[in-house]
Amino acid sequence: MSVRINQKLCNSCGNASIPKCAEVCPGDLLFKDSCTSKCRIRDQRDCWDCAACIKECPRQAIEMYLPVELGGRGATLKTLKSNKKLIWVLSKPDGKQETITI
Amino acid sequence: MDTRSRQYNLPVEMVNLSADVVIVGGGAAGCFAATSIKEADPEADVLLIEKAHIKRSGCLAAGVNAINAYLNPGETPETYLEYVKKDSAGLVRDDLVLTIGERLNSVTRKLETWGLPFVKDDSGNYRPRGKRSIEIIGESIKPVIAEALKKSGTRVLNRVVATNYILKQGRVIGVYAFSSREQKFYVISAKAVICATGGAAGIYRPNNWSARNKMWYCPFNVGTGFAMGLRAGAEMTTFEMRFIALRIKDVFSPTGTIAQGVTARQVNGWGEEYLINYGYTTPMRMYATVEENKAGRGPCYLDFTNSPDKINLSLKKAYLNMSPSIVLKWANEGVEPNNRPLEICGSEPYIVGGHGQAGYWVDTKRQSTIPGLFAAGDVAGGAPKKYVTGCFAEGEMAALAAIKYIKNLSLDIPSPQQVNEEKQRIFAPLMNEGEPAELFKERLQKIMDEYAGGISCNYELCESKLLIARKLLAELDEDIKSRMGASNLYELLQAHEVIDRVLVARALIEHLLYRKETRWPSYQERIDFPQRDDNRWMVFVNSVLDNNSGEIRILERQMEVEKNVCQD
Repeated sequence: MSVRINQKLCNSCGNASIPKCAEVCPGDLLFKDSCTSKCRIRDQRDCWDCAACIKECPRQAIEMYLPVELGGRGATLKTLKSNKKLIWVLSKPDGKQETITI
Repeated sequence: MDTRSRQYNLPVEMVNLSADVVIVGGGAAGCFAATSIKEADPEADVLLIEKAHIKRSGCLAAGVNAINAYLNPGETPETYLEYVKKDSAGLVRDDLVLTIGERLNSVTRKLETWGLPFVKDDSGNYRPRGKRSIEIIGESIKPVIAEALKKSGTRVLNRVVATNYILKQGRVIGVYAFSSREQKFYVISAKAVICATGGAAGIYRPNNWSARNKMWYCPFNVGTGFAMGLRAGAEMTTFEMRFIALRIKDVFSPTGTIAQGVTARQVNGWGEEYLINYGYTTPMRMYATVEENKAGRGPCYLDFTNSPDKINLSLKKAYLNMSPSIVLKWANEGVEPNNRPLEICGSEPYIVGGHGQAGYWVDTKRQSTIPGLFAAGDVAGGAPKKYVTGCFAEGEMAALAAIKYIKNLSLDIPSPQQVNEEKQRIFAPLMNEGEPAELFKERLQKIMDEYAGGISCNYELCESKLLIARKLLAELDEDIKSRMGASNLYELLQAHEVIDRVLVARALIEHLLYRKETRWPSYQERIDFPQRDDNRWMVFVNSVLDNNSGEIRILERQMEVEKNVCQD
């Protein structure tokens, strides 16, 4: 299980010294790549799937997915925030989306 | 050739700090301890150091969807003890469990005042999920706790990794630490230290391979608190009661969530409800599932396919509040939750005091066997099934005891020689061109899996294999000292994590060898001593590291607390 960071959407939180995802990751797995100035995960295998980075990213650049080893077939999860509510956006392998508001 | 680039050169900056109380670890127990001290004595100077970032660190990073240790109407601390004791084959520290029970409801109410949403019935009461469980909307539990911590006036250092206690004349007088983000070495003096680092994952080979950290327990809790305690000469208890979580296969989402408004049958591959043949305690649910698989009646499932469709959305919500990956599993399979039964299996074993009862041997005030050192939460032993609120309760008790302890006490500092020795020990891997820590972690996990009752041997233990594990771990310990290197601060963090895990594993082996009976099937199942023997083994197996010889010495403690000598 792991997260994927969209390199087009990520701006490594602009001028922030530490991008928000890197600030909160409980495993210290995310960092700003000095070559690309984008955020990266050190090793996909080490993600715990806590989704802390997904909830923190101000540009919705991070999504969670299941690796093929665990039956991953393309579904992804992202979050949005609206009126202090957390909204999960589940994209299914057939392209359909389901939103779930907590 | 080693292609890892070396980013760091010594020397590092030395930072000297002091506080009245230092708390190691900003999870449930640590944060509650800090806020409790500040509430009781706003003038107290409290410093909390956290390996990750308090906003999303540790076990609660993803959230939780229930409080599983709460006394609903009709329940009392005594009935809570009765349940915990029955579920743990009769051997628990009654005094510790009772003192937790007395505080479960007040700490829960405190959490609500901090702003966490609780599910309530029409009369405004918490909605029970079981006798000792209530529903919450807990995705934000960790940010809520972190916010309360900030408001309390506690000083917080994130990304600071504790490595050892500072000792003087048999007393803990502070903590050594390093930063995983900057080249800094911390020497922190304190009148008292509260350890709240959590338990240990990653000791055994996990279920998954390319998703190796997709496990039940927080993979970033590596047993550092246990290791620091052992190195300081503190007494540890009941490591042999490992905890193995029965969870949804592959994604390791909790099974208890299914119980929210749903009746689920636990069935084997033949569709039979098999628990009736084994019993319904937590260890037996796990053991029964292993046995059904061994007998060719696997795999086993939680079957709730008879549930109405309306449960699907509520189940997805409940899981998104705690363990979102199962929602991806359903989406990938193109199914709704009630469409097919969920396969269940056991996790790898963990060493943890919040579900099992491994940890520091403490008194009812949560003081360890070393003056000045207190322990709370998953790192404190003797009181299983304490869960989040039990960790809060222990944090509160440790806080109150620490305030009392530091009265009329002044700060002390270590000798320059002590400081230098620890600095050398911490940064040694950066000076070494050796192999990275993750290879040694894999070696540790392979040894433990194959010779100390891991998944591949159905968690079963026997002396001849444990003796091999003891020998291989001693060799691994030597290899780590001579052959492990780190090329940056992240690898240095990993290096210390594996050093600490190996020490925890070595202590665990001694515990497992010593208890010559089977008390907790699967958790502690000696196939060479398959019977439970209450005449001989209603005792606690405790361990102490002798730093001179490097040996881990085992001692027994009686169940009657008054017979045990615990330093006051």
